[in-house]
Amino acid sequence: MPHALETRVLLDKAEDPRLATLQGYKDLVGGYATLEKAYKSMEQDEVLKELEDSGLRGRGGAGFSMGKKASFLPRGDMNKYLCCNADESEPGAFKDRELMQRNPHQLVEGIAIAALAADAGHAFIFIRGEYDSQADTLDAAVAEAYEAGYLGKDILGTHRDLELVVHRGAGAYICGEETALLDALEGKRGNPRLKPPFPAVQGLYGGPTLINNVETLSNVPRIVANGAEWFRQYGTEQSPGTKVVSISGGVRRPGNYEISLGLPTRDLIYELAGGPLPGRTVKAIYPGGSSSPVLKASEAMDLPYSFEAMAEAGSMLGSGSVIVADDRVSIPHMALRTARFYHHESCGKCTPCREGTNWTVKMLERVVRGEATPMDLDIISSVQENIMGKCLCVLGDSMAMPVSAMVRKFRGEFEAVMAEAAEGIDPHTIIDASPEALEAALEATS
Amino acid sequence: MSPVDGAGASNPNLPVDRAVTVGREPSSSPEQIPQLSEVDCPAELKERIEALMARYPDRKSASIPALWAVQERYGWCTPEGIRQAAAVMRVTPAYLESVASFYDLLHTERVGEHRIEVCTNISCWMRGGDELLDAFRAAAEGEDIFVTGFECLGACDIAPMAAIDQRYFGPLVPGEAKTAIDQLLSGDAVLPEKSLEKRPLAGDTEVQR
Ligand SMILES: Cc1cc2nc3c(=O)[nH]c(=O)nc-3n(C[C@H](O)[C@H](O)[C@H](O)COP(=O)(O)O)c2cc1C
Ligand code: SF4
Ligand code: FES
Repeated sequence: MPHALETRVLLDKAEDPRLATLQGYKDLVGGYATLEKAYKSMEQDEVLKELEDSGLRGRGGAGFSMGKKASFLPRGDMNKYLCCNADESEPGAFKDRELMQRNPHQLVEGIAIAALAADAGHAFIFIRGEYDSQADTLDAAVAEAYEAGYLGKDILGTHRDLELVVHRGAGAYICGEETALLDALEGKRGNPRLKPPFPAVQGLYGGPTLINNVETLSNVPRIVANGAEWFRQYGTEQSPGTKVVSISGGVRRPGNYEISLGLPTRDLIYELAGGPLPGRTVKAIYPGGSSSPVLKASEAMDLPYSFEAMAEAGSMLGSGSVIVADDRVSIPHMALRTARFYHHESCGKCTPCREGTNWTVKMLERVVRGEATPMDLDIISSVQENIMGKCLCVLGDSMAMPVSAMVRKFRGEFEAVMAEAAEGIDPHTIIDASPEALEAALEATS
Repeated sequence: MSPVDGAGASNPNLPVDRAVTVGREPSSSPEQIPQLSEVDCPAELKERIEALMARYPDRKSASIPALWAVQERYGWCTPEGIRQAAAVMRVTPAYLESVASFYDLLHTERVGEHRIEVCTNISCWMRGGDELLDAFRAAAEGEDIFVTGFECLGACDIAPMAAIDQRYFGPLVPGEAKTAIDQLLSGDAVLPEKSLEKRPLAGDTEVQR
């Protein structure tokens, strides 16, 4: 039984393993009826209108209107493509994994209907190589859908065609960036491209391409089935719908919870995820994955969990992944972990990102070794400013935003850690490593 | 809009490298592409790569899947394997090598018979990912097992976690590293009760108020 504060739409019946099969998807949630309706009786513009009216915003990070993006694709007789972004590699995010594992046909159906809206004849699911088991699940689902005539040539006798290929990546966070994804899909190293031209105009193989996240596309079947008004009963005016939120870090019940957007952040963390581990308190959170500026607990808890509220608070909802840092987490160490990730994943194409991530890691290492001075904190901040907005893609910004927020909001702690480290005191390095702490946490979850 | 127009928009007088807008094209000078007759490619591998190429409007799109096939066949992307794939795909080996070296999961050097990636990113680190990595390294000492720290594997709900031969396990305590490796070496099922696939949805794991 889900918690009363959960609103399971995308994860409806997801506890039942039969949902992952075509027959189960049909029996349990009436799957593929919408595809049939759309292919047999709807025009491209009708599908587009429903998606635009629903106000569905992209769930991959930027929150751009899905219907609007689909409407940017030029009309006319040319090869157009649809790419589903299943790269999900941002630290803290694991919702797409759950959606693909438990409800793969919902995604396949969503892609097929979105392909109508985009007038695309060829679709791809770009899934990160690490998700091997989920890719197997998708392969099986796609094969079933071909078999049943929902994909391929002349779908359900409607003279409409769609090829769908599951494409496995091979381990590079940057391939989640939409233009790097296109390069990777064309068989190249995954380097981002300069925009414009945007993929909607010139994307895969130079053709107009619609790129959307797994969760975005998973929303499509129900919107087209039930209408935009139905969708808008969930969420807020500016953030309609439900959202699968990944919660991890220092909470008792980490996991994916589907909520109506706008639920108070406090409920998300304390009610759904069970609050901090015994004896701990929440210190800070990343509200939208590791690239979102961290919020202090005092700033975060009363905010509705929505795109607009997070933006107003100077952060972002991003992919909808909450990482909770409790009072025993050392913020400077957390900043270092964050910076190291982006340094490792920088593709190296632009100087501010390649050098800036490198410098930031080195400076933060000096901080935690006690070799830095308070002035170095100002230098760290200015390095971040010199990265932001100066790169081809936003990977550089994705480090700069959380790191500069941590230095600004927890400056006292940075200075204290520097001073302690200089005296040889090892600051609270590792957090939940003790077997007792883990036991306690495990007990609370089992 | 042509790619060159787009790229030069900020300063039309600057020359624009097409690589900036469309990515670097593989070199296609025919003398650098090995002939199939020179590389002794096993028939299954050749058929597999050909089937992969057929899935895409452009055969070059199959480069990552082809490298996966090479890695599956030889345990890593061996120079000979890369030459074989290059001959089938009609691209240069250097091109495939440059692609392979970009991606963390494709190995251009020999790695062990088994592969273990232990996540040390934020959420796992908070729950003891570094200690887990140390425990796996110690337990794998002297065995033909490749252990490495890794960035977030998209399973922070089971932190701290590890991917063992491409399957996810967690939450793990350091002591389970030895158990997992013993099971791996003896061919038993690895940590069956810690497998991600067996885990219920988070909201269903406890009686709800
Ligand atoms: C460095 C970087 C990594 C990204 N990783 C992902 C990802 O893993 N999954 C994803 O859906 N979007 C990711 N994005 C966002 C995509 O570029 C793109 O905006 C998104 O896939 C569009 O889909 P949506 O509109 O449905 O959200 C990433 C962006 C950047 C800059
Ligand atoms: S910002 Fe970083 S990751 Fe993005 S293109 Fe530039 S160097 Fe590559
Ligand atoms: S931080 Fe370890 S799986 Fe995400």
